[in-house]
Formats: sequence, C-alpha cells, structure tokens
Amino acid sequence: MVYVPHTDDERRAMLASIGVDRIEDLFSDIPQEHRYPELGLPPAASELEILQELRDLAAANLNAYEVPTFLGAGAYRHWAPSVVDYIISRGEFATAYTPYQPEISQGTLQAIFEYQSMICDLTGMEVSNASHYDGATAAAEAVIQALNVFRMKRRKVVIAPTVHPQYREVVRTYTQGMGLEIVGDDDLTRSLEEVVALVDKETACLILQSPNFFGEIELLEGLGGLVHEMGNGALLAVATNPISLGLLNPPGAFDVDIVMGEGQPLGLGLNFGGPYLGFYACRKKHLRQIAGRLVGEAHDVEGQRGYALTLTTREQHIRRERATSNICTNQGLMMLAATVYLSVLGKQGLRKIAELNYHKAHYAAQEIDTLDTFSVVNTKPFFNEFVVRCPAPVEEINDFLLSDYPIEIIGGYDLGRDYPHLQNHMLVAVTEMNSREEIDDFVSALAEDEAHEVIGGHTHD
Amino acid sequence: MTEPLIYELSVPGREGVKPPQLDVPPAELPAELLRDDLPLPEVSEIDTVRHFVRLSQLNYAIDKGMYPLGSCTMKYNPKVNEVAARMPGFLGAHPLQNPETVQGALYLMYHLQEALKTITGFAGVTLQPAAGAHGELTGVLIMRKYHLDRGDTKRDIILVPDSAHGTNPATTSMSGLNVVEIPSDERGNVDIEALKTQVCDRVVGIMITNPNTLGLFEEQIEEVTQLIHGCGGLVYGDGANLNALVGVMRPADVGIDVMHFNLHKTFSTPHGGGGPGSGPVGVAEHLVEFLPGPIATLVGATDEGYPVFDLHKPEKSIGRLKAFWGHFGVLVRAYTYIRMLGDAGLRGVAEHAVLNANYLLSRVRDVYPLPYDRICKHEFVVEGKFENAPGIRALDIAKRLIDYGVHPPTNYFPLIVHEALMIEPTETESKRSLDAYAEILLKIAAEAQAEPELLHGAPHNSPVRRLDEVTAARNPVLRYEHEF
Repeated sequence: MVYVPHTDDERRAMLASIGVDRIEDLFSDIPQEHRYPELGLPPAASELEILQELRDLAAANLNAYEVPTFLGAGAYRHWAPSVVDYIISRGEFATAYTPYQPEISQGTLQAIFEYQSMICDLTGMEVSNASHYDGATAAAEAVIQALNVFRMKRRKVVIAPTVHPQYREVVRTYTQGMGLEIVGDDDLTRSLEEVVALVDKETACLILQSPNFFGEIELLEGLGGLVHEMGNGALLAVATNPISLGLLNPPGAFDVDIVMGEGQPLGLGLNFGGPYLGFYACRKKHLRQIAGRLVGEAHDVEGQRGYALTLTTREQHIRRERATSNICTNQGLMMLAATVYLSVLGKQGLRKIAELNYHKAHYAAQEIDTLDTFSVVNTKPFFNEFVVRCPAPVEEINDFLLSDYPIEIIGGYDLGRDYPHLQNHMLVAVTEMNSREEIDDFVSALAEDEAHEVIGGHTHD
Repeated sequence: MTEPLIYELSVPGREGVKPPQLDVPPAELPAELLRDDLPLPEVSEIDTVRHFVRLSQLNYAIDKGMYPLGSCTMKYNPKVNEVAARMPGFLGAHPLQNPETVQGALYLMYHLQEALKTITGFAGVTLQPAAGAHGELTGVLIMRKYHLDRGDTKRDIILVPDSAHGTNPATTSMSGLNVVEIPSDERGNVDIEALKTQVCDRVVGIMITNPNTLGLFEEQIEEVTQLIHGCGGLVYGDGANLNALVGVMRPADVGIDVMHFNLHKTFSTPHGGGGPGSGPVGVAEHLVEFLPGPIATLVGATDEGYPVFDLHKPEKSIGRLKAFWGHFGVLVRAYTYIRMLGDAGLRGVAEHAVLNANYLLSRVRDVYPLPYDRICKHEFVVEGKFENAPGIRALDIAKRLIDYGVHPPTNYFPLIVHEALMIEPTETESKRSLDAYAEILLKIAAEAQAEPELLHGAPHNSPVRRLDEVTAARNPVLRYEHEF
C-alpha cells in the first residue's frame, strides 16, 4: 500500500495554512545534530515482495497443525471453528480501540460483557475482568490482588511447584520490587500437602494449578477452607485449563478466591506463543482489588440497555500510582475470539471437546504404558496431559521422532528442563486434534525408538 | 437499536458446530470430578455469526472513519499485515518446538529486533512485553536492577512529569518505587528548575514522554537527560508518541537509556478493541544484560551459509515478563510494516503525522482555545470550552462529534489542561478527511453558542445515547444472570 495519501498540491496547501515553507520546519525544535539520522534499514519492499519473503519465512517453520503433535506445556493445538477467525477479522472489531466512548463502542462492550459472563459460568466464579495478557501474567496479577486485599501488609506468597514454571517465573519478575517472600517451589519435589502446610498468618495467597503442569487434577474440595483457616483469610488462587472446565467441576464450585489461566485453548492459534489470553475471575467481595477493565450494564437517557466500562477508579488513568495495576491495553481481540468460540461450541460442544481430550489422552497413556521401557507415572487423575518416564533423554527421543522416524512427529515437553529430578520424563499432551492414527503412529515411533535403544542407541546424521 | 445478549438467543438443545466422533475406546470418566451443569449459551452457527456481525456494526472503527484519539495513534491498519500474520507457518508454530523447526519465526524476530534498534539507536531490544504498560514495567524493573547490581541500594524514586500517562506512576508503584511528580513550565516542557530541586542520589530515574502528552517536543530534552545522568539516574522514554519521531530522531541519541515502543501505535498493528498490543523495549549498551529473555539471537550459520537463530536469556536478566516470547502475531504485522516502509517511508510517516496535526490545528485554532501555542508534533491539545458558551464542556463537544459520524478525540487528558481535547489525526488521513473533521469542529463551536442543548443532549443518533455510568458503577451488573 501507499502509506501516506497526500498529493504535492495538498502538502503545499497544508503548509501554507500552517504558515511554514517546508515540512522540515515543523521539526526545528529537535536538536539539529540529531535531526534526520541515516538509518540504513533494508530497502522498502512492495506488497508483492514482502508477501513472498514472508511466505518463505513461514514455510521455514514446521506447522504443528500439519504433523502429529504431542507438545503442550501451556500452549495447545486445538480446533477453532471457522466462525472465530471470521468474526475477529472484521474491521469493526479489529480496528477499534478501548471503548472509551460507549455510545459508539457497544459491539466491543457487549462482547466483553458476554465474555465476562462466560468466564464466570465456566469457572464458577462471580466476577471476571476483560482479560490479562496471558495465563502467566494473570497468575502474577492474582498475587498482586491478594497483596492488595491485605493492603500490602502481608508479604508471603506460597506457590506450588506444580504450577507452570513460566508462570512461577513471571510472578517473581513482576513482584521483584515488592519485597516478598515466595515459598513452595523452592523445593520442586514438594507434594500439595507439604505446600499447603507452608500457609500461615503472614501469607497473602496460595497459588495452585489444576489440572496442574503435569496434567493432574487436584482435589480442591475443602482446600479453600483449610487455606483460609491456616492463613487467617489468606486467598486461594487456582490456575486452570478452560477446556477442562467443559467436563470437570470448576474451581469456583469450591471455596476458591481467584481462578485464572491461559485462554489460548479457546479458539486461539499457537502463533509461536502469542497473542494469547489471560482469563481472570474472582469473588464479588474482592471486586475493588481486581485489576483490568470491567464492563457493566448501564442504561441511557431513554432507558435502553447498554454497556460501559465501569468501576474505573481502580485503574491507572484515574488513580495513577494508587491503581490496582498498570494494565491498560489488554487482549481485546483474543477475548472476542474466546467469546465466539464459547458461543458457537456452547454448552454441549465444549463438553464434547473436553471429553474428546480426556478419552484420547487416556487412550494414548494406556498405549504408551504397554511399552516395556516407557511408563506413565501420574498417580492422580489427569485431563489431557500426562507424564511419561522414558528410557533415554527426552531430547534424543524427540530428535528421533522429528528426524529419524519416517513421518515427522513433534514429541512432548522435556520436563528435565525445569525439574532436575525429572530427567528423562516427557510431558505428553493429547487433544481432539490427535486422531487415533496419530496416537498409534506416536506409540509405534516410541516403540521403534525403544528398539533402537536396545540395539545400541540412536543414529543422528 | 440494541442487540440481545447471546444468552438471550439460547434455546435448550441447539448446537452450533459438530466436534468429531470419538475414534478411540472411551476411558472411564471420574464421576466425582465432573461438573453437573455448564450454563453456556446454546445457539446455532448462524445465530452466532449474525449476533457478532450485528454487534460489530454497533462499533466505530478506523475502517469506518477518522479516529483521532490522542495518544493512541489510530492510524490505518494495512490489510497486508493480516495476510502476513495468518500464514499457516506462523499461525501453526508451537512456542516450545525445537528451535531448528522454527527458524523462520526466529529470523523474523531477530530482524525486527535489529530494525527497532536501527530506528531508535538502542543497543538491545526485547520483544517480550505484551503492551505499552507491560513495556514500562520491563523498563522500570531494568532500571531498578541496574542500580542494585552496582550495589547502589538507596535509590527509590522515579520522577514523573505531571503531563504523564497514568501508566507511568502506576508502573512505578508496581515496581516498589515511589513517584515524585515534576510540574510542567509555561511552554509545556518539563520545568527544569523544578527538576533541579529533585535530582539526588535517591533517584532511580525519570520517565519522560517525548513528544509529551501535550503533543509538544521537550525542548530541553538533552538538559533533562544530563541532569538525570548527573545524579546517577537513568532516563526512561515512554514511546507512546514515537510516531512523531520515526526516521526523524533516534531517542537514544538524546540520552534516553531505555524505552518501550507500542507496535500497535507506531507500527500499524490493529488495536483490536483494546488489544492485543505489543510493547518491545530498547535499551542502551549498559542495560543490555538486564533485558528480559529469551531474546532471538544469531548463533551461527549452516554449512550452506544460512543463518541459524536461537533464543537466549541475558546473563543478569530481570526475568521473563510473560510466558513464551512475546506477541508473535503482532510482531509479524510490525515487521511487515517496517519492511514495506524502509528509511524514507518511516521518515514520511513522522513527517506527515506532524504535518496533519499542525494543519488540523491551523484550521481550528482561532475557535478552540490553545493553552500552549507552539508548533505541535503528532497531536495537539485544545480546550473544549468557549467564552460565549459557558455551559459547554469538552464532554459535550466529544459527544456531539459522534452525531457527525466521526470519533471524538481523547478528552480530559492530559490532566494539566482543563477540558482537554487531545487530537491525533495520524499520517494516514488525507487533507480531505482533515478538512471534514475541521468543519465539524467549527460547526459544533457555532452550535455551542446557538443551540447548546444540541450538545448537552448529544449524541442523538448513536446506537445508544449517553449512559448513566454513575448508577452503573454504584450497582455493578457485570455478568448475565441466569434464571434457574
């Protein structure tokens, strides 16, 4: 495209109206020695040329939707109905901004209201905000909300080692200036019971994940009460997988204070890690400490129902240094994608998708477990991810699957990268995208890898 | 003209799409863990499409008309960006795939980092931050860690001009630091004399937006950076207004140490009704080792001579700011934009953004009071009040603009201007659309005197009229309530 529409005549007329001779005169306040530097970017490409360049770059990536993939660990290959991309591609949604003028932003505002409603329905919670950047930052915001509930008087946070390693890292990054004591995952082998036992009266919150990083469903019943009692009101925050909530009891059915997580499974592509969607819900009693945008129902002068940003006095543009968070831009379009996804799948569709994930993951686990030297080590019920103990380093097995097996297969996540005691353990994700054929191929490939092991190791060339 | 909630279209038993049949033997479901009810809507695909299409039509958007929301840089979002970001090899790359299988994605990230360095003069760039405010947090945490790493532990103050975005003080608090506000002088610049009284060995740094939120270039920017560096502090540049400077001045050249760039403003990626944004951060040489990671890095070459890229975390990194590597889909769009513009194109962006703002200002300056009478940069701030129409406020003018089918400017910001209207036309508007906007502003000014009730009651023909936000906030209804 031509990025600037001006003709020479128009430029001349505009400069005359301003009262200067040349465009350069509009920049005379910039220190002269720094004005108009030589940049040296690559020469400008036409639309035709850049698309060719990008097609080559895109083709240099292995597309996880086109090969059997068993990699999850926080980002999942799911099916997105065609309507999702159709709706979020509409310029009326994509090229609008934060709905500061509600009279001409009812589309975005009502979509946020519907999203908030669906997140509440899904999680069993009372209040949802309009989104955070991703699951990891939502976890960090949960910590900050808990600190705010206790007016920054409590400085201890307990976090389970079974929470996604990157979420745990982001919590630490966000809070590094707050003088917190973060415990729980300092010993990565701690059980849930041992983690809960660390909660005391100085604790602001306990952060758990269910299904946890290893795919396991934690028993939340009674846990909230225990945390509240041991921690004199300390908050329990649970990260969860939204697809699992099509099937499983939501954390909100128990005495949980905050439910959040990664919304990418709700119709968003893998996109090499983003943009994704942090969903976030809490109890009504903590409404004043929630971060981010909230949309509420309102009525106009004629009594018509409409929607508007509300309770904005929590936010940075009003409260500045006393705001609940600095968040401004969130994940508007990704939120819309999730809303369309949850609408079109609906009550029955989401349940079916969740069941497909559950059954296929369990079929895969059962088949892998029949192999001599691979075994599934989960002891608790799991959803669509499970842990496999392998006879060799996961990296070697994955190289074999990708390069040496007749078809390319993307294997699971190498847990040894984050958990030193889990060397040779692979986190395997199975979704509705994995056909029986893919799963069988994967198991056959692992069996062949096993045979290679027996006859003396891998060949890599 | 309103639209029912999707829940209100729900009919028990209706389905929208059909997931595949189960092709493996079913496992036993753990009965005690299952939920009884999932109260999501039950609608068909056509219900869904019509509902969201009708909702979309209640929105104003750049694709409909001029959207001069000050400080938001609502420029046209090129459609080629969307084609680029949806290429299957980008959409389908899992972030944890073996780096050897995502060389195309890493190539793009590396070259975007390099381009941003070239444009801004910084020595290092991280693409990880998800939005401008996220970039601010990244930058302030880097500044904090820089001092601590040198054993300089007593610094706890961030200086913030009174014209700053609210995210600046909010970020400071999140980083565990304290805000000291610096007033502006009568030309709209940071008040140098006031600044001199605050520079001391407790200062972590200053956060400065340049051009500032008045749309004015900080004329003493080098004096500001020298003063801050003189007390051992660092200078954070809020890149929200970089659109005025691309190709014209590299921020690092005037002594900025760290700065975020809003790819969704300057680099044309769509705002999406409030995101996703992307807020990469650039830093000068002495801060590179503190950048969050991982960062795309050139690590060698194949036997055939192709470059090989990997992801690396800097040695003293403040840590990761989000999961994975950044808003890759947004990065693809920004990369496309920069590659299509090159040096001259980018300079043309800034030049025409500034030309457009000054032209629109020239058309309305005799009617709308101008608190700081200078050549502006990419935006300008006027007052939405008239001596001959005392009851009229900026809000009334903003709402009346809606009746004329255009988007109002940002209002009531910056806080240092009463009844502020902050207008940023961007470079993608033609003289014709600027003239049309100017005519509307002039007409509204005339109406303010002749028929003020037209403004007080505005908007008159939008999908809804002015909403009672006070009652809504007093009694918040934040979700659909099911009738069980």
